[in-house]
Amino acid sequence: MKVLARILVIFWKDILTELRTKEIVTLVLVFALLVVVIFNFAFGTRTGIEELVAPGILWVALTFGGVLGFNRVFVVEKENSCLEGLMLCPVDRSVIYWGKLVGSFTFMLAVAVVITPIFLVLFNLPLFLPRLALIIVLAALGFAAVGTLFSAIAINTRARDMMLPILFLPVVVPVIVAAVKATAPVLAGRPWGDVLTWLQIIIVFDVIYLVVATMVFEFVLEE
Amino acid sequence: MSGKHTLWNNVLFGLGLALMIAALYMVFLYVPTEKHSGIVQRIFYFHVPVAWVSFLAFFVTFIFSILYLWKRVMKWDAIAHASAEVGVIFTTLVLITGPIWAKPVWGIWWTWDARLTTSLVLWLTYVAYLLVRSYATEPARGARFGAVIGIVGFIDVPIVFMTVNLWRTQHPSAIVFEGGLASPMLATLLVSIAAFTVLYVLLTIQSANLKVMEADIGYLRSVPEE
Amino acid sequence: MSEKVPASSWAVEVQGLTKLFGNRHALRGIDLSVSRGECLVVFGPNGAGKTTLVKILSMLVKPSSGNVWLGGINIREKPAQIRRKISLVGHQTFLYHNLTVYENLKFYGKMYDVPNLEQRIKEVIAWVWLESRRYDRVGTLSRGLQQRASIARAVLHNPSILFLDEPEVGLDPQAVTAIRDILGNINAVGGAVVMTTHNLGQGLEFADSVVILNRGQIVYRASKQEINRESFPQVYDRCTETG
Repeated sequence: MKVLARILVIFWKDILTELRTKEIVTLVLVFALLVVVIFNFAFGTRTGIEELVAPGILWVALTFGGVLGFNRVFVVEKENSCLEGLMLCPVDRSVIYWGKLVGSFTFMLAVAVVITPIFLVLFNLPLFLPRLALIIVLAALGFAAVGTLFSAIAINTRARDMMLPILFLPVVVPVIVAAVKATAPVLAGRPWGDVLTWLQIIIVFDVIYLVVATMVFEFVLEE
Repeated sequence: MSGKHTLWNNVLFGLGLALMIAALYMVFLYVPTEKHSGIVQRIFYFHVPVAWVSFLAFFVTFIFSILYLWKRVMKWDAIAHASAEVGVIFTTLVLITGPIWAKPVWGIWWTWDARLTTSLVLWLTYVAYLLVRSYATEPARGARFGAVIGIVGFIDVPIVFMTVNLWRTQHPSAIVFEGGLASPMLATLLVSIAAFTVLYVLLTIQSANLKVMEADIGYLRSVPEE
Repeated sequence: MSEKVPASSWAVEVQGLTKLFGNRHALRGIDLSVSRGECLVVFGPNGAGKTTLVKILSMLVKPSSGNVWLGGINIREKPAQIRRKISLVGHQTFLYHNLTVYENLKFYGKMYDVPNLEQRIKEVIAWVWLESRRYDRVGTLSRGLQQRASIARAVLHNPSILFLDEPEVGLDPQAVTAIRDILGNINAVGGAVVMTTHNLGQGLEFADSVVILNRGQIVYRASKQEINRESFPQVYDRCTETG
């Protein structure tokens, strides 16, 4: 399918550019790790920490790491008006959105893949948690859907680095709440129970925002 | 403004004034004191209407954002913007009256219940809307971005509400009333809601007109420089 | 070298084009036509609306009202189909700094579905004399070389209509020659060119017809034959007097 091919072309181009600079991935990884470690000192060790505080710590780290990354999504297109270069191409504006989305999503997964095992080790939690992986994948998709859209807006405002978190965080509150609530039983090794309900919320969020962002993205780009 | 416009404005103003006076009378003099919570409970007659209006305001922003993106009529964008501003003011009032009511009655300033939390998230989202509009590199861009945020932000509201509701079923929530609303209370509430709704309409129309005029002035100023 | 443009007497046709930014008219009631094989040059002072006009014609910006037909198709319909056949060279290069010339061209080639991409990339790089730098990152090239690479990007997909926004800025002599050749080629096979410029002399050299834009409106039009090169600067000054 031509559409899919073009999305992947944009994605691959972003991978290449990121690999060349390596800035963003290293920065964010170090930052997220710092967050995890610092929160650990802030809360100390207690029994029951897995359920009380650890899920929150993990998701704060992933959320703020994500925000740092989303800030950069369109920065590369700002130089030399590359975004306009993309807009000249015979592609639907939503294809540009999806191309960038795949990049943001991959980026979030990359950060999670590194941070989560370290987090689990630091908190002496079991390492093999496929349910956690599922939660992370679904939440990352929601973050990326909103983050990509808002990044395109924020980059055209004057306080661009500050603007993105201010826009992004309130809107993804449902994802954060649901992710934290779903993570707690998983970390404590409890059965599915509530986890499914929370996952449903994240899935609904993902679907709604992917659809809305796809429809609305062209208005962000075109004057 | 045309004559018809001013007439309509005056009618609305008169109506609003009458309703507000009626509401104040009813809230402070007419309605009996609620037996459990005492005098403080009267804030309820402000808190609920203000909360209702804040949701209405953002719904209006949502609708006019869609309309603006569709037809690009500047006036509709002015309404969306004005409604968001008024909405933020009203939401601030919700966030202030909520704790003022809660503290003497339940002993806590804040509760993360679905309604209050959603109001907080709403407040944050629309403050962000206003910030984006003022920080955009050009006003036309600000209008477009605002419209997008007005749409995306409003869609979030039911999702946030549902999520927090689910979150809160695991914690005890504050009980608002035992039993239903007695008829004098209901009447007072309705009058108060009507009064605040008219106030909202007035403020929004004024603010929107101001914005249109500001845009016109900006345009007139820019012409000789070209 | 280029394929022939299919039948349609006007390559670029504009009727009643108006663009508002908020309340400000950037363009007001613009009418123009460019035939196949023709080069139109748009002169005008800063703020006249030249860049806005080019951006609308290259479909980066939507008009507020009015109609634009490119290759006989209204830009409101079938945007993807039109975009395949048009191209823009501007102040900005639209190239990614951290990718090589070759990688940039490969990217755009794929986005435009250019057939025989490898072969075509070789061709365009040769036209702009960048063979020796093809594997260098664009960020390491001088401004003049970057513009040449941008020109290669612009012609990669065989456009029939080329838009140039003040191309004389930042071009080295070889780039100017490259553009001259490309313009000649495009016109020869029935494509059209619209160029904006400040440089009266160079503009007149390329032009088949000329238009002067001031404050968003066309204040002068003429074909090449009607223009006297010596007196043109005075004509220009007269048309763009503020007052």
